[in-house]
Amino acid sequence: VSDDFIKRLNYLEKDALKETGNIGAGNAATALAQFLNCKIDMSVPSVDILPISEVPEVTGGLEQKVIAILLKVMGEAPGNIVFVFNEYSIERLLGIVLNSKINMEDAGEFEISAIKEIGNILSGSYLTAINQMSNLNLVQSIPAFAYDMAGAILSTIMIPLSEFSDYAILIETKFSVGKNEIEGYFFLIPDPGSLEIILSALGFDTE
Amino acid sequence: MINNQIKVRMAEYKIGRDTDILITVGLGSCVGVTLYDRFNKIGGLIHIMLSENKKGLNPAKYADTGIPLLLSKMEELGAKRSTIVAKIAGGAHMFSIAEENSSMRIGTRNINAVCEILKKEKIELVAMDVGENYGRTMEFYLEDGEVLVRSYKKGEKII
Repeated sequence: VSDDFIKRLNYLEKDALKETGNIGAGNAATALAQFLNCKIDMSVPSVDILPISEVPEVTGGLEQKVIAILLKVMGEAPGNIVFVFNEYSIERLLGIVLNSKINMEDAGEFEISAIKEIGNILSGSYLTAINQMSNLNLVQSIPAFAYDMAGAILSTIMIPLSEFSDYAILIETKFSVGKNEIEGYFFLIPDPGSLEIILSALGFDTE
Repeated sequence: MINNQIKVRMAEYKIGRDTDILITVGLGSCVGVTLYDRFNKIGGLIHIMLSENKKGLNPAKYADTGIPLLLSKMEELGAKRSTIVAKIAGGAHMFSIAEENSSMRIGTRNINAVCEILKKEKIELVAMDVGENYGRTMEFYLEDGEVLVRSYKKGEKII
């Protein structure tokens, strides 16, 4: 049922989701810019409908070693928020936050907490913006951290969702800090049933 | 000799023979299952995400529908069921903090389901590299049935 719904989305609905992502990510970028005290650039979000088996490939190499932060979205329209950074980017980002040179291979609890906190700030401001425009009341879980193959991380995130669906919808934003030194991916992945709730909260007739 | 590398995505299976190499990259909580008939040098690799196909979705996604499907497809290609043995890898917990969350214990559930289905199908499980907290890549060499498991945590090992 949810697969049909995802595939039936028209361009207006996709546009609305894109705009939701845009406003969410814009707010998140502003929060991160204030936190880091530097300029953040953001891509226009894309709304991708993919077979779940292709989702692990969205950040590039399946075997590439990445850092990911996962936050569950709870409330009327549950889902997942996922950040993905490569090692170089997270080392630079941590360098700014902690004001020291960081090597991810040696990262301990302290560095991991700092990474999770970045995830908290970004997703908190993202959801705040979405809540304001939709009147939903979405909240985030505490962040979970992983540092491993992109494919292994993203596939694991998709497992609960794949129980109900063969397709997923990803609202994706790429952001960069400075002159392409730091790049990251931000994904909002609504659970199968959440899409209808988000769209109707935005004023669409989803019957 | 030309080695033909065949990629197997999540929720997919592929069958090869002789010099083929079946590869699945980035197993997290998913479980990769290789099935091998060494006499006919026919092998299959399936990348399973979940244990039970309750809703009639893509059969290759699930242990209970995927493994029997792969077995029957291999038999159609000439594999002898009585000679087929299995090796498995994956079923990890990828997120340290989310262990309490039942959805994140899927790794263990997947391993158990795969073992159970193999037992039910009377397929001997001859090797495994499962669990723990890291991602794995499997390369299945159909020349001799060896499976290379690669990870950032433990490097490479043959099972």
